[in-house]
Amino acid sequence: MYLPLSGPSAPTPSRRTLLRGIGGAAVLGAGIPLLSACGSSGTASDPKTVTVGSNASDAVPKKAFADVYAAYKKQSGITVDVNTKDHNTFQEQINSYLQGTPDDVFNWFAGYRMQFFAAKKLATPIDDVWAKIGDNFPDAMKKLSKGEDGKYYFVPMTTYPWAVFYRKSVFQQHGYKVPTTWDELVALCKQMKKDKLVPIAFGDKDAWPAMGTFDQINFRLNGYDFHVQLMAGKASWTDAKVKAAFDHWAELLPYHQDGFMGRTWQDAAQTLVAKKAGMYLLGTFVAQQFTNKADLDDLDFFPFPEINSAYGQDTVEAPTDGLMVSKAPKNHDGVLKLLEYMGSPAAEELYLKGDPSVVAASSKADTSAYSALQKKAFDMIGGAKSLTQFMDRDSRPDFTSTVMQPGLQKFLQNPKDVDSLLSSIERQKKQIFATA
Amino acid sequence: MTTDTTTKSPEAADAPPSGAASAPKRAARGHRRLLTRRDRITLAFMAGVPTVLHVALVWVTALASIALAFTTWDGIGFDSIQWVGLQNFRQLFADNPQFWPALQHNVVWFVVLILIPTPLGLFLAVQLDKNIRFSRVYQTAFFLPVVISMACIGFVWQLVYNPDTGLINSLIGANKPGHYIDWIGDPKLNLWAVLVAASWRHTGYMMILYLAGLKGIDPSLREASSLDGANEWQTFKHVVFPTLRPTNTVVLVVTIIESLRAFDLVFVFNKGAQGTELLSILVTNNIIGESSRIGYGSAIAVVLLVISLVVIIPYLVATFRKERRS
Repeated sequence: MYLPLSGPSAPTPSRRTLLRGIGGAAVLGAGIPLLSACGSSGTASDPKTVTVGSNASDAVPKKAFADVYAAYKKQSGITVDVNTKDHNTFQEQINSYLQGTPDDVFNWFAGYRMQFFAAKKLATPIDDVWAKIGDNFPDAMKKLSKGEDGKYYFVPMTTYPWAVFYRKSVFQQHGYKVPTTWDELVALCKQMKKDKLVPIAFGDKDAWPAMGTFDQINFRLNGYDFHVQLMAGKASWTDAKVKAAFDHWAELLPYHQDGFMGRTWQDAAQTLVAKKAGMYLLGTFVAQQFTNKADLDDLDFFPFPEINSAYGQDTVEAPTDGLMVSKAPKNHDGVLKLLEYMGSPAAEELYLKGDPSVVAASSKADTSAYSALQKKAFDMIGGAKSLTQFMDRDSRPDFTSTVMQPGLQKFLQNPKDVDSLLSSIERQKKQIFATA
Repeated sequence: MTTDTTTKSPEAADAPPSGAASAPKRAARGHRRLLTRRDRITLAFMAGVPTVLHVALVWVTALASIALAFTTWDGIGFDSIQWVGLQNFRQLFADNPQFWPALQHNVVWFVVLILIPTPLGLFLAVQLDKNIRFSRVYQTAFFLPVVISMACIGFVWQLVYNPDTGLINSLIGANKPGHYIDWIGDPKLNLWAVLVAASWRHTGYMMILYLAGLKGIDPSLREASSLDGANEWQTFKHVVFPTLRPTNTVVLVVTIIESLRAFDLVFVFNKGAQGTELLSILVTNNIIGESSRIGYGSAIAVVLLVISLVVIIPYLVATFRKERRS
């Protein structure tokens, strides 16, 4: 009705319009989250529909989830309306997504990243669901699904371990034995180098693969509890234990593939496919690069060797993916029913039929259809005393992405200057963890 | 709504007659009579909407990010904003291992762009200005990179530089263990590798700017200098180059802007990892993501803003002074 800046004849309304404009702009400037928060009333809830925000944008998991939801609809009559977003985009926007008008249920990761949003009151506790599905999961998974307040916030679906991958035929051809201790690992690396192999394939262009190596060395050497303390910002990075972990890493670095800073994990995996590399420390998703069936059958893995006998090989790094409930689901009852189903062995079995690159989080799921690789992964996780998630899932993501990723890359470039690097990391860590 | 009211408003509808009737009374207001109320409303709308948008989207956001630079905020709800004073800046200058390299790289970016592609672009422009054969073909070839977006250039050059399968390493056999050149990862190399790609594009840009400048030079100047017996180099040095002064100013400003806003190429290339840090990338890395450090990122953005102002203000002052003089 009123015109902004229409002249002195109408000062009051024009000022109001202007202010309104500025208010809107402030919201814009503050980032899209609050803008979308304005319209949170949304549509009236439909008791027969549950919406799911999904990061499963790759063809294989997308199809696998669709199959599960289709089966669920047949069983319960509830339609699952899936809203899929590109995996990385989903992660980058999760913050604003959860503050805006999120779907009832969303795909997310276990561990600190789940706890962070739970603590920010952007997720709904689901203890009711766990009262029914609790028996399906091992204790390590239960521990992973709880927020800092002790309530359950997460239903785990799938998981996969990190381990050292190798090709059986290469080990046979050279008569290598799977190393179980640090000294054996170093000796094997030396031997591989003599045999003109790249002992350890490595690519750190995306900056996160190096975190996996650090995690393995750290919890083998210092134990699961120290890993948790360190990731939670409680232990100090200048602790002699951390220094020792980096010293071990430095001992192994000469056996890593050259030029890793410019190489993606996919390219590094290709050197294992081509039998140019002897070993590769990565998650089981490395199998995706083995497109040839014969090559895939030749792929095997072993847990990272023991460094400190006090901890042996009791910890397994097993990032776990699953579902969470947003802060105010429109169809609360439907959500509870859906999650109860998703936490059942049947749902996981159905999912794994479509996506065999991971294993079930449930200990009750039927493993008879598993490949040898999957069986081994499942046993490794089931037998673990403790499960870790991965550095960037066990710690504050702002810390890992802005401090640890460049920090570890710096170490890889210049492994001699550990002390100053660690004190720099510690200083930055204190600053980041000081903010709530 | 607004247009509804205006069309229905009796004054607007009867504007010409009422205007004519009151003509003698309003004569003193001169040209304002030419605009009916409707015109004025339309004008106000046309000027007002862009102004509001500009203020809201440019000024308010800029000021908001300056204010946020003195806070910590994870982007979740307004109540988590905490004032921390200069803490972000203290941390940035003292403890951030990437900040000083990033600043340095922005400067290196500028120096390289001004020293290599700029003279090269000028050289090409001078050659093309002579109307040599296939001039248009060369012009197109050199200008083509400018048409492509920086992100695409990043992808293309990444293929060239890929240490395992890239063109260069495959040609010179530098992808074998022992003698390995990691163009993308090695911090001593990667900035220069990116700068080659940036220069590749910048040369064409500079060429086209200088070409425009050269076309604008009065041919009689050259004629006069050749009558005076000046050779080609002397003509260029004493006649052509000095008359290109306005173009040089534009080139300088464009190059400064290019080096301050450098982002896309590096982000695609290796996300500003060791050796290629840039201020713009630090801002992005801190602000985008699942739990962001918006205050800290804003502090870096403010540093970038201050640097830009240091460059822009003298330029604007000089321009306005020139305008006032003329």
